[in-house]
Amino acid sequence: MANVLINAPKTVRKGETIELKALILHPMETGFRPGANGQLIPRNIIEQFTATWNGVEIFRMKMSPAVAANPYVSFFAVAKESGTIRFQWTGDRNFSAEGSVMVTVT
Amino acid sequence: MMQPLPTRRAFVAGSLLVTVLPFVSAGATPDAMTAAIRDVVGEAQIRPGRVTLDIPPLVENGNAVPVTIRVESPMTEADHVRAIHVFNEKNPQPHVFNAWLGPRNGKAVVATRIKLADAQKVVAVAETSRGEFWSASADVIVTIAACTEDVK
Amino acid sequence: MRLSAVVGLGTVFLATLAMAQGGKDQRRSGYQDMSPALQRMQDDDTANPAMLYVQAGEALWKQKAGASNKACVDCHDAGSMKGVAARYPAIPSGADKPVDLEGRINLCRTGQQKAAPFDAESEELLDLAAYVARQSRGMPIAPADDPRLASFRAHGEQLFKERQGQLNLSCANCHDDNAGKKLGGATIPQAHPTGYPIYRLEWQALGSLKRRLRNCLIGLRAEPYDYSSPEYVDLELYLMDRARGMTIDAPAVRP
Ligand code: HEC
Ligand code: HEC
Repeated sequence: MANVLINAPKTVRKGETIELKALILHPMETGFRPGANGQLIPRNIIEQFTATWNGVEIFRMKMSPAVAANPYVSFFAVAKESGTIRFQWTGDRNFSAEGSVMVTVT
Repeated sequence: MMQPLPTRRAFVAGSLLVTVLPFVSAGATPDAMTAAIRDVVGEAQIRPGRVTLDIPPLVENGNAVPVTIRVESPMTEADHVRAIHVFNEKNPQPHVFNAWLGPRNGKAVVATRIKLADAQKVVAVAETSRGEFWSASADVIVTIAACTEDVK
Repeated sequence: MRLSAVVGLGTVFLATLAMAQGGKDQRRSGYQDMSPALQRMQDDDTANPAMLYVQAGEALWKQKAGASNKACVDCHDAGSMKGVAARYPAIPSGADKPVDLEGRINLCRTGQQKAAPFDAESEELLDLAAYVARQSRGMPIAPADDPRLASFRAHGEQLFKERQGQLNLSCANCHDDNAGKKLGGATIPQAHPTGYPIYRLEWQALGSLKRRLRNCLIGLRAEPYDYSSPEYVDLELYLMDRARGMTIDAPAVRP
């Protein structure tokens, strides 16, 4: 089970621009770092982060090994209608994680 | 940060009095960064302005450096920021991240945390729906953590 | 190269040793020594990476485990952990030696849940410690008022003040005599254990006070004690007493 922490306001007024924040537990191993045996630790990163609002993509990010471990992302979105904001992370070794929040737009 | 090599991880006593060895592994260079930027923007002109790159000038540890990129834009259908690309000079690779946005974002502001292997320049380029490219850059000094543990 | 550096460091400290501190409380936490950027990272629960571990700790707190098939929450009311992290290490009832917070959690794990203890620095143990410690956030450090602790604390003080390792320095040489000065770019903090477990950027993960102390021992080029060694608990007792009254900011971010 992936450990994700998502933050969004629970209720917002229609048309308001809100901040969405997401944290996920992930090593973001760069592939450039020597391990105990002197050999490089294989790369293991999240490559793609996407957010959808009721199924419509609102934000996408492509990450490189230079994104810090346990990636944190914050961005904004205009609240149009109540529904579910879904966050998805995918990466090396078939990594895939999801999290979502419900937002009520009044 | 692409973890420093063992020489750099040596205790602060070393770093206090001995010149820190340069990052040895093949890394990005100003040239590699320029090439990477060209890869993304093509031949288009990149103009300074409209982009604010908020990053601390001096960081205590390069493993997680907070960055916020803000772009002045009405974020309408007709005129919005389509993407924000961030590059660096000296990590092993010049790419940091690319973020794709649209009018739905309301504000062209993205924040995250990045690794910086060494003191270096970071560049943010914003691509608008009108095909313009705006940019900002910042120099960051990364100090070396003290009392680290050897990677074992 | 290293040897000359060591000798050099010795002279640097000898030169500055005389600079004593003034009379009033000049204690500063590691938080106060951090840049505003890192302070913001710690202050915002939706940005502080340690909160990922707190969240996992909360799930573990509610999860039944061991032969007793009991969860922590089955025996401990919500809010009952408030102030606990501000008070430990302490001597558990029926015992004669102090344990730190992680040690106390493992006692419940083995004695109450009848399950195998968590390994030192295991994610589960850190998760639970972070979950418990967060409930003391904002409270003053208030070491247990137990006369039996005095001798352990005195041993911790002795360890803090005696020179050790190939660098032949004491913890006090840095954290009492040279706190606030720069060492290889890092500010030497006063070493107050206000924020543990901490998310240390250097580790890119959460870690305990023991791990932090180990890092300084390795830095001194001293052989770090085993994770199960009583020396750590004694040092922790001394450090907590030295930080008495300072505010808990766990789970903290540190460089
Ligand atoms: C050579 C100087 C030096 C010595 C000697 C030293 N330390 Fe440290 N210590 C540091 C530095 C520098 C840091 C902060 C590291 C950083 O920010 O990268 C630190 C951090 C700490 C912290 C973390 C404080 C916080 O805010 O969480 C504690 C606790 C600590 N040391 C305890 C000790 C103990 C106990 C000893 C003796 C075993 C010791 N140190 C020896 C330099 C030293
Ligand atoms: C079967 C009941 C039971 C379970 C399950 C249990 N505990 Fe306890 N716990 C106790 C008792 C009894 C004490 C001792 C109270 C005393 O000595 O006054 C205690 C004490 C503690 C203390 C010290 C509190 C203090 O004020 O000093 C901590 C911390 C703690 N438990 C954490 C945990 C955690 C974490 C778990 C789950 C992994 C857990 N406990 C599971 C019964 C339980």
